[in-house]
Order: sequence, then structure tokens, then C-alpha cells
Amino acid sequence: MSLFSSISEVFKGFKSLLVGMRITAGQAVKPTITVQYPHQTLKMPDRFRGHLELTIDPATGQTKCTACGLCVRACPSDCIDLDGLKKEGEKRKSVSKYEQNFTQCSLCGCCVDACPSDAIQYSKDYNVVSFNRDDFGKMDLFRKAEIKKQDWLKAHPQPPAPVVPPPPTTPAAPAPAPEQKQP
Amino acid sequence: MMKFLTIEPVRVLLYLVGIIAFTAANAAYLVLAERKGAGRIQRRPGPNEAGWAGILQPVADGIKLLAKQVMVPPGTDSLLFRAAPLMVMAPPLLCLAVIPFGDTIVACNLNIGLLFVFSFGSINVMALMLGGWASRNKFAIISSARVVSQNVAYEIPMLLVVITMLMVTGTMNLGEIVRQQAGGFWHWNLLKVWVNPFMPVTFIIFFICMLAETNRAPFDMAEAESELVAGAFTEYGGMGFGVFFMAEYANIVVGCSLATILFLGGWQSPIGVLSGGWFGAAWFLVKLYALIFTVIWIRWTFPRTQFYSLLNLSWKILIPVSLVTLLLTGVMMKIL
Ligand code: SF4
Ligand code: SF4
Repeated sequence: MSLFSSISEVFKGFKSLLVGMRITAGQAVKPTITVQYPHQTLKMPDRFRGHLELTIDPATGQTKCTACGLCVRACPSDCIDLDGLKKEGEKRKSVSKYEQNFTQCSLCGCCVDACPSDAIQYSKDYNVVSFNRDDFGKMDLFRKAEIKKQDWLKAHPQPPAPVVPPPPTTPAAPAPAPEQKQP
Repeated sequence: MMKFLTIEPVRVLLYLVGIIAFTAANAAYLVLAERKGAGRIQRRPGPNEAGWAGILQPVADGIKLLAKQVMVPPGTDSLLFRAAPLMVMAPPLLCLAVIPFGDTIVACNLNIGLLFVFSFGSINVMALMLGGWASRNKFAIISSARVVSQNVAYEIPMLLVVITMLMVTGTMNLGEIVRQQAGGFWHWNLLKVWVNPFMPVTFIIFFICMLAETNRAPFDMAEAESELVAGAFTEYGGMGFGVFFMAEYANIVVGCSLATILFLGGWQSPIGVLSGGWFGAAWFLVKLYALIFTVIWIRWTFPRTQFYSLLNLSWKILIPVSLVTLLLTGVMMKIL
């Protein structure tokens, strides 16, 4: 290598250092993009798959599940356990127990696809922790749905007269859940 | 009252306390500044939980380090192992004694200030080497060897640059060097191109050598975390590690102060206004922190160099160039 080419290489190298420093300085003056996790959370995208949850009919405040058992049969991991009963004065059965074994669920989506009444969807809840294995092994979705029913009742002080449940429709994509607000 | 403050023992005591406080505050808060700077460059906010915007983070870190057990691992040379953190922290404190912060704000106006700073500055290398060697740990020993060869390589261009500066200024008194640069930024040694057209290059060489001497990225081969765990400090825990860490920042402060004094006109105002007294000290601190932030900026921009390219840079580029500037300065001083 001749003297001149090595000198020009030194200059080129030095210039590349300055270019690098200009780039980092440019980044430093841009706003930060951190989400301060426990204080702020991201909105989960529509396709996010958390554990299952029973949907509440916004018109009646009741679960839509008719305990038909199609989801149990569709599940390849055999992790849904449910029971239903027929309430007084209602034509259809309604769910009385719905447990998902979340430790075995592969989040494949067969159950959501199979449900004829759009009664289950993926929750957007990703902050699931517990000291108790059974909170996942037998995740009690029915109880969670009951809590949501109470919320619905609070939001609608006078419950409207029970309406006839809509006929089963073809399964559609799960409705996007509202943004999760974490403490 | 002012009379009382100027009695010699009181003055010495005040400077002693002041310098220790200045060093400790800088070491603690430069760590925070470094982490904040790294955050900004990577578009994060940096530590911001302890206190307002993370202002108490150094306190939290200090308490954490103090609460840890200081262990001397079996098989180490326990005397040297304990002495190394002391030896690494003492030189920057000593060096700050001769650094003039302002026209009259200097603890000890030594005629050989420049020599003093460099002679004590090299103890730092010895302390790192001893710490690594006494640890009886293979990573620490490799790191010691690297520290020594790196510092030998970079001491040479640094001293060549300093000799050039000595020829230009003709004095080793740091205060006198600053006084010669009075009257606006075009009188600073950095821009004295009529003395030597390579003066800005000399400054860059000095700055690069300063980075290498203080083991800062991209020359932090001594504590290359990815290959040497924590280098020479591998076996140190608690505040022993903390002292090494603080000494790194104290050394940066000393190095940047020296660069400010030699090249950027120390306490002199760049445009001639607001000079003298406490304004001078303010100008000095502004220049000092500008350099320190450049050091932080460089750390978070460039990846660590390889060891042979580090030595190549010194022996093949910096030493020849600094020799050329030395010769050129001599020739120009003879002719003009
Ligand atoms: S997502 Fe798949 S594995 Fe999980 S419960 Fe539904 S069908 Fe079973
Ligand atoms: S398929 Fe739907 S309606 Fe039927 S049991 Fe499962 S969740 Fe209920």
C-alpha cells in the first residue's frame, strides 16, 4: 500500500467516525419511544390471543354460550370442560361452568371457529400470573363472565326486558376487545 | 471573615474538602449522565424511577453497593487486592489539586503542574494492573496485560503531543498556559495554526489518547464485558467495584480538564466578555462538561475496537503523526 492511499484511508476512516456521531446525535434529539410498562401499556392488536373468555351479549348482559359442546369437541388439546343447565322460562340452555385448561391450550383457535353462537373469544389479557397452578389448569371462565355481567348490570341500572336470543349466526372474527387498562 | 479563609491551613482544608466533594459528585452524577445519555441515543428515557427524572439514582446505587459484602476471595494477594482501589482513586484527586478552575481558584499553583498530572496519572494504570494481578483470576490477569500494553502504546503519542504543547507554551505551569490563551477563541492553542498548522490534529490525538488512557469505549479493552467478565474488577464486589467505577469517571474529569486547559483556553471566555473570577470558573466547567459529554457520546456511538487495531492505530497512525507535528512545530518555531 502506498503512502498516499494509506493517508487517504485514515481520512476516510475519520470521516466515517464523524458520520456515525452525527447519526447518534440525530437519534438523541428525537422523542423517546419507550412504553413505561407498569404505568403505561400498549393496546393489544385485534389478533392477539390470550386465554379464552365468554362474550357477553351487549343487549341482554347474558353470556351467549348455549353449552352445545361443539368447542369441547373441536379442541385438539382437550382442554375445555363445560356444563350447562336450562333456566326457568328460557328456551335455550345456558352455560353454568366453563373451565379452560390454559396450561395445555395451544391457542389454535379451533374452539373460537367452531362456536356457532360467537360465545367465546380471545381475551386481550396478557398479565396473567398466579401462585396457584389451578388458576391456569382450571381457569374458571364462567366466574370471570359473572364478574363482567355484574359490570354490565352496573352500567345498565334498569335491565331491559329479556329479549329473544338471536338465532345462531355463522362464526365471525372475534370482536376486538376494549383496550386493557392495567393498574 | 475573608481574611480567615485565606489563612494557609484553612485554605488547604477548604480545597481538600472541595476537591473530594467535586470528584465524588462528578463520579456519582456522571454515571447517571452516562446512563441518561445512553438512553437518549437509544431513544429511551434512561433511569427515571428514583426521584424526579431519576435524580436519586446514584444515591440508590451507592446504598446498594455499600450494603454489599466486601469479599477477598481465597488465594488472592489480600494486601494488593485491598490497596488497588485506593491507588486507583488517589491519582485523580491529586491531579485536581493542580488544575486551575479559575484565575485564582487553584489549590496548589505548581510550576510543574503538567508534569505532576502526567506522573500521577500513570499510577492509575499500575493500580488497575495490581488489582487484576492480585485477583488471581484469569480474566483479570488478561485484562491487566491489556491495560499495560494499551497504556504503553498510548502514553507515547500523548506525551509527544504534550511536548509539542510545551514547546508552544514554554511553561509547565497550567495557570500560565491558560493565561497565554487570553483574548478570544482565536487565541486558544487549538486554533493557533500560525504556530503549527496541525494544531487541531494535535488536539484530536490528545483526545483519542485520553480516551484510551482512561480505558473508555471504544478502547475499553480492559473491561471488555463480552470477553473478560468485568476485566480487572472481576473479583471485586460492593464498594470495591464502585471505587474502580468512580475512578474511571474521576479520570475522565481530569483528562478533560487537561484538554480544556491545554487546548481550549481553560477559564478564558471565548469572546472576551464575562471573563475573570467566578465567570472564569463557569467557562471552565462549560468547556469541561462539553468534552465529557463528547466522551459519553463517543462511547454510545462506536463499538469496541479489536485489540490489534487499537495498537495499530497508536503505533501506525498516532505516533507518526504526533512526531510529524512535533518536528513541524520545532521547525516553524525556529524559522518564525
Ligand atoms: S384454542 Fe385450541 S387448544 Fe385452546 S381451548 Fe381452543 S381449541 Fe383448545
Ligand atoms: S361452542 Fe360456543 S356455544 Fe357451544 S359450548 Fe362452546 S362456547 Fe358454548
